[in-house]
Amino acid sequence: MDFGNILVNAFGELISPTTAAYALAALGLAVHFGYSGLLNFGQAGFMAVGAYGYAISTLSFNAPLPVAVLVALLSSVVFAIVLGIPTLRLRADYLAIVTIAAAEIIRYIVTTNGLTDVTGSANGLAAFEGGFYGLNPFPPGRYNIGPLGMNERDFWIRIVGWSVVIIACLVVWLLMRSPWGRVLKGIREDENAVRSLGKNVYAYKMQALVIGGVLGSLAGIIFTLPRGAVQPANYATELTFFLYTCLLLGGMATVLGPVIGAMIFWVVLSLTQGLLYGAIEVGAITFLTNSQAGQLRYILVGVALMLLMVFRPQGVLGNKKELAFA
Amino acid sequence: MLGFLAIVLLGAPAAQASPQLPVPATHQVQPATAVQAQEFDNNIRGVLRGVDGPIADVTVTATGNGFEGKATSGPNGAWRIGVPAQGTYEVAIDEDTLPDGITLAEGQENPREVTFANTSSATTLFLFGEGIVSQQANFLDTLAERALAGFSFGLLLALSAVGLSLIFGTTGLTNFAHGEMVTVGAVLAFAFASAGLPIAVAIVLAVIGGGLLGYVQDAALWKPLRHRGTGLVPMMIVSIGFALALRYIIQFNFGGATQQLPGSQGEIINLGSISISRNNLTSLIVSLVIILVVAFLLLRTRIGKATRAVADNPALAAASGIDVDRVIRIVWVIGGMLAALGGILWAYYRPGVSYNMGQQILLLIFAGVTLGGLGTVFGALVGSIIVGLFVEISTIWLEADLKYVGALLIMILVLLFRPQGILGRRERIG
Repeated sequence: MDFGNILVNAFGELISPTTAAYALAALGLAVHFGYSGLLNFGQAGFMAVGAYGYAISTLSFNAPLPVAVLVALLSSVVFAIVLGIPTLRLRADYLAIVTIAAAEIIRYIVTTNGLTDVTGSANGLAAFEGGFYGLNPFPPGRYNIGPLGMNERDFWIRIVGWSVVIIACLVVWLLMRSPWGRVLKGIREDENAVRSLGKNVYAYKMQALVIGGVLGSLAGIIFTLPRGAVQPANYATELTFFLYTCLLLGGMATVLGPVIGAMIFWVVLSLTQGLLYGAIEVGAITFLTNSQAGQLRYILVGVALMLLMVFRPQGVLGNKKELAFA
Repeated sequence: MLGFLAIVLLGAPAAQASPQLPVPATHQVQPATAVQAQEFDNNIRGVLRGVDGPIADVTVTATGNGFEGKATSGPNGAWRIGVPAQGTYEVAIDEDTLPDGITLAEGQENPREVTFANTSSATTLFLFGEGIVSQQANFLDTLAERALAGFSFGLLLALSAVGLSLIFGTTGLTNFAHGEMVTVGAVLAFAFASAGLPIAVAIVLAVIGGGLLGYVQDAALWKPLRHRGTGLVPMMIVSIGFALALRYIIQFNFGGATQQLPGSQGEIINLGSISISRNNLTSLIVSLVIILVVAFLLLRTRIGKATRAVADNPALAAASGIDVDRVIRIVWVIGGMLAALGGILWAYYRPGVSYNMGQQILLLIFAGVTLGGLGTVFGALVGSIIVGLFVEISTIWLEADLKYVGALLIMILVLLFRPQGILGRRERIG
């Protein structure tokens, strides 16, 4: 068992573009759930809208990168508004069911064979990342971040991904300490109190849903770029549940919580994978196959989510007073 | 002409009645995919039968999604091609390999497109003989047939939905782990059946197992949480964590493949001009009887009245001497049993047992419950039947792989105009 290698892999997960995407999507959920109390279980749908919006406008319409990103973000705004109109007046658990259903509708639609020309159905779309890597200012070569070596493409996506995360964190931080953010937190604590102050609760909720959704669709683009492919199976309901695990790990009404939560999530997954596979390799564990070891990690994710919710709902960074529920 | 019709109708049952016959060898044309065809979970199949009986040694090919597979029909005329992914494939029959004197019937497309519809196998039948025109079913017959299948599917959903709705009504919990309780029923039935027990015994044991799971869940998880005063949203998120853990525990033990319960390839029964598979008909009758029994228990027995009282107002029920914890425990056991039975019927309906089968219908169960009104038992029944009918009937117009979309859309629309659901009361939406 090569402990050095396992640690390097775990460090790789810490700064991987997937972690950045999870952090960004979980930050969107923090705006929805942590700050506004909206139980959005359809974040995977927002990510799918972003990824497909980008890929389809690049492939089907030859749109340049800024236009494709803009299309992706606008589609997620439209999705948020369409989703918000019927659901934002509903109680939390209805909202959860409707958003999860809407995300699944998106997934069924991009999977259907009738739209294979546009969405590639179950196989998804590929080869749309050229425009992004075309902007890469770094010359070909090896780049090192700490102990981790990578080529110029991997380096570029990490720089961009994490820059977006940092900017998004700043924006959310500024928003939440503004008067607008205080109203939002007021809605989370007591909707009727805020309404009695003459605020349009519905409009505030809608704005929060749109902002979190835009973060989700940005996350979808960053998630799909390093893979070079977008496939519907990646955007199932489990993705949303993993994002909730990240959010609750870090602390749901904090700016840095979702980022740290996503990092912990992926580092722990990578460490357990490395240790389990290593133990199987050297024969220390004989009752597990490699694929069972993979499933064991996700059993742990489920158990961790339960334990977190029961024993430390405020997460690592959170403040127990700032919970979206009593 | 009658003989030809018989071929059309017999084609499918013949394929399904002989699952134990050797499957014709399949081999890859593409060297790039070095996996054995049998290892794929998805397959395209059919049976070749002429006027005089099965047609053997005919080559059939399937191309699509960058894959090419080939099969030869066996002595019973059956062929099967394993494919790596669900999707649309072009299936062609090599007419040069047909025996002399046998030709494809007029109007039979060759090659033709075959599309998977959320199940692991897709069936296509080639018809042979001169002068045969495939029977174009009239619209009303198709509608009646879809409606019957939808009714069967809706009742199956209702079994799980009634349990979910009872649990919601008495505890306020939106249980995302209900899908896994459905899976557990089917997986247990498969485990008991493959341990050598007769399928009837296996099903009874699996339903008891489902009840046990409900009991243990309540005793070890939900009751302590209720007593801590945990809020409804945290409980909902706990149920998501539980669902994830349970799903992967099932996959850990069961594996990722789809397995079949004994007798999953039932014959087709003809009722007048419409046909339904024997399994679907049995499923319809079983779920109808069980639901009537549950309704009777709820309306006519002391414990049923107590359940409805707790659902209405737990504090008042406790004050009038009802043991609320006992009622909730019974509700969990019954909910678990109903979900397990629903899972077994779902395994026959799909057909197949897999670790994520419950997750696939969880949203449809939710749709049924919300359509009828959260927390109302008869609402869950009505809502589920509507969802089942809608899913099946919509396949007449919609692509089969979009059939769940319609049901989910209907749910969202109903919530838009009547958020309390069909039978729900206004106050429940808060």
